[in-house]
This record gives sequence, C-alpha cells and structure tokens, in this order.
Amino acid sequence: MTKKRGRGIAALHYPTGMNLGGDPTQALIYAQPTGGFVVKLASTDLGQGLKTVIAQIAAETLGVPLDYIVVDTGDTDTAPHCMGTFASRATHRVGNAVIMAANEAKKALLEVAGEELEASPDDLVVSDAEVYVRGSPQRKKSVFDVALAAHFKYGKTISGRGIFLKQKSPIDPETGACDPDSTAAHVTTVAEVEVDTETGEVKVLKLSSAYEVGRQVNPKMVEGQIVGGAVMGMGVALMEACFPAYPALDPHPGSFDEYMLAGAADVPEIESVVLEYPSVDGPYGVKGVGEMTANSPLPAIVNAIYDAVGVWITELPVTPEKVLRALEEKGAA
Amino acid sequence: MKPLGIVGQSVKRRDGIGHVTGQTQYVDDVSYPNMLWLKMVRSPVARGQIRKLDVSKAEAYPGVAAVVTWKDVPNNWYTILCLIGVEPNDEPVLAHEEVMWQGEPLCAIVAETEEIAREAMGLVELEIEEQAPVLDVFEAIKPGAPLIKKWGTNTFTYENGAPMRRVRFGDVDKGFAEADYIIEGTYRITPYEHVPLETQTCVVKPEPDGRLTIHTNTQALYFTMDNTAIILQVPSNRLHMIGGTVGGGFGGKVDVVIEPVTTIAAMKTGRPVKWRWTRTEEFQVSSTSGAWHMEYKDGVMKDGRIVARKVRSLHDAGAYHRHSPYGVTKHSANLPGPYYIPNVWVDAYCVYTNRQPASALRGFGVTPASYAVEVQMDKIARTLGMDPWEIRFVNAYRNGQMRAIRKEVQDATLIETLQAAAKLVGHPLAEKFLAMHSNDWKGAQP
Repeated sequence: MTKKRGRGIAALHYPTGMNLGGDPTQALIYAQPTGGFVVKLASTDLGQGLKTVIAQIAAETLGVPLDYIVVDTGDTDTAPHCMGTFASRATHRVGNAVIMAANEAKKALLEVAGEELEASPDDLVVSDAEVYVRGSPQRKKSVFDVALAAHFKYGKTISGRGIFLKQKSPIDPETGACDPDSTAAHVTTVAEVEVDTETGEVKVLKLSSAYEVGRQVNPKMVEGQIVGGAVMGMGVALMEACFPAYPALDPHPGSFDEYMLAGAADVPEIESVVLEYPSVDGPYGVKGVGEMTANSPLPAIVNAIYDAVGVWITELPVTPEKVLRALEEKGAA
Repeated sequence: MKPLGIVGQSVKRRDGIGHVTGQTQYVDDVSYPNMLWLKMVRSPVARGQIRKLDVSKAEAYPGVAAVVTWKDVPNNWYTILCLIGVEPNDEPVLAHEEVMWQGEPLCAIVAETEEIAREAMGLVELEIEEQAPVLDVFEAIKPGAPLIKKWGTNTFTYENGAPMRRVRFGDVDKGFAEADYIIEGTYRITPYEHVPLETQTCVVKPEPDGRLTIHTNTQALYFTMDNTAIILQVPSNRLHMIGGTVGGGFGGKVDVVIEPVTTIAAMKTGRPVKWRWTRTEEFQVSSTSGAWHMEYKDGVMKDGRIVARKVRSLHDAGAYHRHSPYGVTKHSANLPGPYYIPNVWVDAYCVYTNRQPASALRGFGVTPASYAVEVQMDKIARTLGMDPWEIRFVNAYRNGQMRAIRKEVQDATLIETLQAAAKLVGHPLAEKFLAMHSNDWKGAQP
C-alpha cells in the first residue's frame, strides 16, 4: 500500500469589512411613476452576485416584489460614493446603505398613501406591493397607484438616501490596540486526503465544512462561494506558485501551461452546512462570506497530510517534491 | 432568527444567464471608432539604473500615435493608499531613474493597432545598468543590505517609527515561564496569483466637453477615479468612471495601474485608447499575493490552554507599498487566531524586495494567519497527545473575552461550527464539548 489516507481539521474566523473601518458606501433609491424602484450604486459586482442580493434586500425593506427593483450600478456620474468591493464588505456595507435608503423612500411612500387612504402613515403596512391600513386590509392602494399619485397629483418624490460608515478606528502603534472589524464569520472544515508515498502526490477526497455567516440573503449563492472558495483554497494549498523556486525569480510562470491551478478534474466531494447567527450590525444580520471560503482548506489539508503520513509540510504549496523529501527525511531519522 | 420574506430565498441570480451565454458586456467589449491601442514597455531586469530611454524611433514608426513616458505624467511619484494616509510616496507611474522589479513599466506605445504597438516596443532604445537585486526578505533586513527604498531601510515604518506592526497584550515572558510546554512552528506561503478570467482592461474616450469617459474593470470605481485624478492632477469630476461588472477580482483589480496611463494616452492623442492585459501580463506584472514567513512560539499548559503566543512575521511586499502596509496591519490583528490567549506578542514586518509588487489578494493577510494558526493548533494537539478537535474547544474565544488587539469578542461562533462540523462528518465529541457555546463565558478570565 502506497496510498495513505488522513483527516485534518481547521477552525477559523474571518473579519467583515475594511481593516480599521473608515470605508463608507452610499445608496440612492427612487420610485418610478408606476411604482418600480431604482437602486443607484457605484459598487461593483465581481461575479459574486451583489446585484442580486442587493435587489433582495431592497425588496424586503420596501415591501415590494423582487421584480419591482432595478439595481443600477457602476457609474460615478449617476451614483454616490462606494469604497469598493473588497474585504468581504459589499453585502454588509452596501446592504446597510440600501436599507437606510429604502426606509426613507418607504416613509415618503407611506406619507402619500396616508393622504390617499385618509390614514396616518404610522398605521400603514406595505406588503406584496400593496399599502393597507393595519387591521383593515380592505382599505388599501397598490404601490403602483400611490407612486402615480405622488408624481402627478401631489408632486412629491418617493426617494431615499442611505449611507453606512464604520468610523475609522485609531490604532496604538505600541500595543496594536484597535477596533479592526465589524463582525466575524466562522467555519470549521474537515479535509480528507490520500497521499501517495511513492509519487508524493496529494489527492483531496472530500472537504466538509460547517459555516456560520450571519443571515444568508441567498443560500444558493452562499453555497456557490463555499464551493468556489474550496477549490481555490485547494489550489493554493497544493499547486499555485508565481515563483516556484522562491526566492529566486526564475522560473516565472506566464501562462496556464506553466501555472498550476485546481481544475474541474481535481474538485473533491464538497459538502457543507450553514448556521445563521445574526451579526450585531449587518443588514438583517449579515456577515461577509466572500473571502473566507478559500482559507480553511489550506490548514485542513496540511493537517490531513500529517494525519496520513506523519510529516508537517509547512511551506505552501505542498508539491509532490516537498512530500517526498519530507518522507525521505522522516525515513532517515 | 426570525424568517424574512425575499431575504433568505435562493432566487436566481440576475446576471447568471448573461454570464453563461456570453452576453454580459465586459470592458473589452467596449470599442469606439478611431480607437488606439496601448502596449507597455517594461524593465527586463529586477534592479538597475536607467542610463538611456530613447523613444524617438518608436514614435516615428508608422502607425504609432504617441509614446507616453514619465514626462507625460503630471504627478509621477505616488502611492495608492495615500487616500487613507499611507506614506511616503514610493512608486513611479512610469520609471525614469531606476527600475526596482522585472516588469516595471517604462513607457507606453499608443498605436493604430495592437500589432503595430507590439512591433514598436522593440524600437525603444533602453540601457539599464544592472544591479544585484534583493530578493529574499531575510537578506533585505540584514544590516548592510543594499537599500532599495529611499528612506533608508527596506521595511515599512509605522506611526511610532518602528519597522514593524506590533501587538502587545499581557506578558508573554510570564506566560512562557508558567507554561508546561513551549511549542514552536514556522509557516510559509509563496506568492500566488488572482487569476481572474477577465484580465485587467481599460478603455478611455476623451469627450467633446473636455471630460474623459473611463471604462474599467476596477473593483473600486471612486477609489480608482480619485487616485487617477491625483496622478493626472485634474479635478475628479473631470473623470467619468463606468464599470461595475467585473470578470473576477480577488483583490487584483484595486491597484489602479491601468487607468492613469490609459487616460494620459487618451489626453495626449485626443483619441479613444484601449489597454488590455495579456494573460502573461496578468501573471507576471499584475500584483501577486505576498510571500509570508511566520514564526510561532506558544506556551501551553498540560490541559491544552495556550497561555502565551509570540509571533514574528515577515511579508515580502515586493518593490512597492501598493496595499501591503495595510495588509500587514490586518494580518497582525488576526495572527493570534480565534482563540482566547492572555499573553500575546506580535511583530509583523512589511519588507521590500526587488520582486513583482505584492498587494491585496482574497483573504489579504488573514489567509496566511489562519493557515499558520490552524497548523500550529494541530502541532500543539499532537505534542500533547490531545484530539485536534479538543484543543480548539479548550481555547476557542467566547463573546465578551478580550482579543489581543483589545476589542471584546462579539458575534463569535467558532464553537458552534466545530460542533456542527463534527456532526457533519460523524466525529464523536465528549459531552462537555457538546454542551459548550460561545456565550457561556461568565466574565472570569482564566
């Protein structure tokens, strides 16, 4: 038998937001005459699905169906400031700004609806694109009609402004004392590997994770992050190197022929469960899940290799050469 | 947690169909009539003095509209994080006196086609007096090492003049003296790439009203706009950034390295200009993650409690700051890991070498910290003969405890994920660990 199996775990946290804060994001929302709402942002969607989760958060806050929401993002002439998409901050920061803007827009909507329904705005409820009087659901107006009335009868805007800022924390250079983050998500990952003691190759058989990410806005897209991150993390653990002979400059890979990445054939079985404990200051309790999913595979795989063959490979990536050398050294000892 | 309406539903992503059917418009899909193409001439060596940079033959080549050099850059000497107070400026937009890394940009050829621009690159007459590069962080911090930074050291200088970001909490020496075991480990990660599917691309169109429309796949539009304005010495609102749809970022599209030069080329020629990186450029001249070298020393009691943790970490930032001073600070706060440790000492260095600049990459500073901490936890468990699950339960931080950076833990759920993962893989846990939760700390520090 040259193939040995092992299991390793890793339990870690990941902070949400730009380190030390000071990274604001704004949002504007306005109603169109027929009750659709436009969310104006200068944020970027890197492929992770920001445009979708922001539409969900806006729809939830305004009380209208998802298809009432248009998310218009990515233009500095038409939308206010956003610090950018990085540091697992976008859903948290943009989401909070959108809730604030949506609440202001909703207040304006209810004021117009109050006039139309001859009721106090405080007694009104918006649900499924209708405004009704609490306790008398038959006294109602559609959001469509209220928006039309606001535009053409009352001359009132239905719009809102939102911003979220975590104040920039000072840092004491003598002690490092600071308030670096808004919240933290957590994960425990279990890696199962098979190490070939003749070739030094490590095959990841399975990555099982329990994540805790605050409230999930869109569970399927959280799962997408978990799967994508697991594969990226596996590549970093076992293959990727810009300078394979570091610190030497050469070789210096310049193409996919020369730079090893985890591909479809390397993808192991990936399973996960997601726990939800609301964060103190995230929109509806959200925490950032963007970056962290690529982290836990690194130590979990290294620990699994030790479990399998009894050597610590502590310089990443764990190439077959490093495994063989470590096994040789162990055999010689 | 109270269920909501549409929040919490796995609705179909709005841009999914566009992405998978190739209908999404990315920056490279933007073209204008009369558009020029840009290619960058780069340093072939890792360190040296520029003795000659003559672009006259390249300028005269048929089809070349302009060659952009450092003389065309109004504010050539800058650093990207000047907006959040990082100083001093340490990077030229286009090099003119010396080169600090292999691939450093020297001058941009702007031509009718990409092919013509590529051909004219060979006509730039370049002489560099090569110097021995500093490539290793340990070599860089040795006394007497060649100084590659103008301020006289090869490390970033923090607010108090120290060459490292410090964390000091409790008394580590006292902790080590009390400990039953001292357990050490060294952990290293080599640089890796972001590898976005979409390489960095920028298209700039000069508008008739004097403004500039800049299509970019930056991860941060306003940040890029304001940094570009600083380099161009123009009011920010003369620039109009359009983007928001990016084909993968992973931290690789926040360095603001394509927009300023492309914009200058458009201003100089009065025509639209496109610059799109090849895959080779994306690998070899975009920033990478940094190399990290982390040395852990832990004092541990027989029952598994870590009572002291001392970490020395060195980050290879490459030739310039980029985002590295920020990354090292984030790194230092997270080096102790999600554990309650009463005595902590961290020295984290941001070290410069003659390497492709390192910058942000997914998990900036935290990925290496989490990797080192979690392998170190297993080393401790193996040394003590403890179950690796158990060592984590024993040390897991709880809400209300104090982190080494002196912020109380909130929103902790490490214990809960350990319990859920054990259940998921069928690993049996002792009753006392099943009974734990993150709010069960009663206020008495051990």
